[in-house]
Amino acid sequence: MLGSFDAVLLARIQFAFTVSFHFLFPAFTIGLASFLAVVNALWLYTKKQKYLDLFRYWVKIFALAFAMGVVSGIVMSYQFGTNWSVFSDKAGPVIGAPMAYEVLSAFFLEAGFLGIMLFGRERVGPGLHMSATAMVAFGTFLSAFWILSVNSWMHTPAGFSIDPDTQQFVPEDFWQIIFNPSFPYRLAHTVTAAYLTTAFIVGGVGAWHLLRRRRRGEKSSAATKQMFSMAMWMAAIVAPIQIFLGDMHGLNTLEHQPAKVMAMEGHYESHPDGAPLYLFGIPNDKEQRLDYAIGIPKLSSLILKHDLNAPLAGLDTIPDDEQPPVGIVFWAFRIMVALGFAMLGIGLWSLWARWKGRLFTTPWLHRAAVLMAPSGLIAVLAGWITTEVGRQPYTVYGLLRTYDSAAPLDAAAVGASLVAFIVVYFAVFGAGTFYILRLMSRPPADHEPSYKETVEGPTRTAGITPGPEDPKAGK
Amino acid sequence: MPIVSDISLDLTTIWAFIIAFAVLVYVVLDGFDLGIGILFAAEREKEDRDVMMNSVAPVWDGNETWLVMGGGGLFAAFPLAYSIALPALYAPLIAMLLALVFRGVAFEFRWKAKTGRWIWDYAFIAGSTLAAFAQGVALGALLQGVEVNEAQRAYAGGWWDWLTPFSIFVGIAVVVGYMLLGATWLVMKTSGPLQERMRTRAWPLGIATVIFIGSVSIWSPMLQDGYFARWFEGWHVLWAVAVAALVLGLAWFMFRALHVHRHDHWPFLSALGLFIVSFIGLGLTMYPYIIPTEVTIYEAAAPRASQIFMLVGAGVLIPIILAYTAYAYYVFRGKIDVDTGYH
Repeated sequence: MLGSFDAVLLARIQFAFTVSFHFLFPAFTIGLASFLAVVNALWLYTKKQKYLDLFRYWVKIFALAFAMGVVSGIVMSYQFGTNWSVFSDKAGPVIGAPMAYEVLSAFFLEAGFLGIMLFGRERVGPGLHMSATAMVAFGTFLSAFWILSVNSWMHTPAGFSIDPDTQQFVPEDFWQIIFNPSFPYRLAHTVTAAYLTTAFIVGGVGAWHLLRRRRRGEKSSAATKQMFSMAMWMAAIVAPIQIFLGDMHGLNTLEHQPAKVMAMEGHYESHPDGAPLYLFGIPNDKEQRLDYAIGIPKLSSLILKHDLNAPLAGLDTIPDDEQPPVGIVFWAFRIMVALGFAMLGIGLWSLWARWKGRLFTTPWLHRAAVLMAPSGLIAVLAGWITTEVGRQPYTVYGLLRTYDSAAPLDAAAVGASLVAFIVVYFAVFGAGTFYILRLMSRPPADHEPSYKETVEGPTRTAGITPGPEDPKAGK
Repeated sequence: MPIVSDISLDLTTIWAFIIAFAVLVYVVLDGFDLGIGILFAAEREKEDRDVMMNSVAPVWDGNETWLVMGGGGLFAAFPLAYSIALPALYAPLIAMLLALVFRGVAFEFRWKAKTGRWIWDYAFIAGSTLAAFAQGVALGALLQGVEVNEAQRAYAGGWWDWLTPFSIFVGIAVVVGYMLLGATWLVMKTSGPLQERMRTRAWPLGIATVIFIGSVSIWSPMLQDGYFARWFEGWHVLWAVAVAALVLGLAWFMFRALHVHRHDHWPFLSALGLFIVSFIGLGLTMYPYIIPTEVTIYEAAAPRASQIFMLVGAGVLIPIILAYTAYAYYVFRGKIDVDTGYH
């Protein structure tokens, strides 16, 4: 049996690896698509060149990130079957349908209009181009809607029965399946996280160019200032909302998956009269205790139950074989929360600087924003690790164990494909990240060239025929 | 009860058609853009490669979405088939996915690379070729039959069962067929010397494709008695004759379109015709099995509630998807040329 256990572990590592890599791209592009739709609308409405420059600058980065999201996403649609075929057979009748809706309503929409968004401004005119851009943004949201519904169903299954012959989950009520108990919270928390992720990347890039221009004693372009300002508004407004949504999501988790919250809190032992909030500690699953714990008495009860003395059960009430691994969940949760508060800090700082009229002249704020540029991506991954490891040992919570979900796998086959995925992903997405960083290292130009010109431009600069310069969109 | 089972029978057939349709659309659409990737190897000039890539850059992403539709749709409508076929085709499918990663990112990376463009040119060639080959191998491996443990509802074969002379042969056939689609697409979308070279290449590729279609059609009935009975026993042989006549007719039509009338559009459309006829032939060969010759579409079908719920969405959304996909192709219609790309 050891061999088969190893294969399941390898399959889990493979899924965690491919899905984590994949999600980095949508976490960025969901927000970026909306940002592009907004700046394009502002361009059409105000005709201020800085908005067009911003659109053209970020759409190139979007195209790269989106392509990487697409190819890593195609892999995901086959991961369920190659490594988790038992899960696929059993859960397919329920979660297959919302996934099919994701493909039909979101993927085709994004892919169908992306070409027009990137290449089509001159071909279809500004109005239709704007619609195509909005469709791509809407598609990214719809995609999040459906896939988070599926994921949430696996955490809080509802609206199904189990076929006694095939052991398949059979849908009884698709409304309950889609709007299962954890879905609204997870959707709000994740989409907001995507917006924050984008805000901090955009803000970090803006801050970087503000710093560089300042060091050279040059004035920053209007587009650079605009992107930094917009990003800081997002941070100031959305970070507090996100903390509130996260709290709501946590309370929902406490209701439906208490063992996950126990792991997040490091509560091995039950607290009959008020549980402490542990800030630090080394989870020790073997001895079932939190070593070197530093905590604030009763604060956890206050946060989770809104009552200092409310009793909170600990992992001692959960059988050992139904407990998630505490260490990963405990630390991933802390990383996410710490980054969330750091984001709030940047947002507040920017409000202060803005109020003082020094938003573009406070180098320490800019340095902090540069440092925080990847914070959203890290927080998103930490959050997913918290929730996904926290629901172990189940794939369908309480009903289907991870161990029983795997395909009849061969450790050598899974191991070989895992190595292939790791090598290919680091090589390909490493190169892609390099190209994205190189695009970001250059500030948006006044009259930034369009995506289409960059793609088709090299032939022109080779001196064959100069192309017409944006007849419709320019003025 | 009889009424209920009649309804579910119909829904299962409808879903089999929808999945088959998605796979067919994928094959012809990604077929030409994978084919262009394979033909990249033969075109050394940067300008020609730019034109080739630009001819599919606005649409490749939509083309590959049909693959997700095929995989996702199979998962949703025939979960048992999905959970048997994917482990059975493990190695070719993983190879296909990784190959698609390389050729997909090449579309974007190629423009961003300064000194490393050759890397992404190779990635585009190798990724496209391997993806096409792996798709053919997977098709061959499925067609030759898959070992199933029916009690455990699982794949029961080994990790190398897919690897046979037949599956390799089908792999090569698909590479050649996609090259034909790519070449005729470029005849339609380009002009000048590049178009002329593609016109010259298209005909031998057409002949090779027809030979491969014929060989696979003769080879596969030898693998399974059921296939043989379907095509060659009694009056069924008339079907075989009709399909053969159709393939040869299309090939003749393609030749005349390429070299006698020197059409730009008809060679591509007749290549599409060859693929559609072959695909229908494959469907007839396999029906009613979705995992030959172990699991039928009825055994693998999702419960009726899932089928109905999805059919509502598919019925509304697939026509809309086809409409805006057609619109996107319409927006980027016409010839590409080196100087201006799409204008």
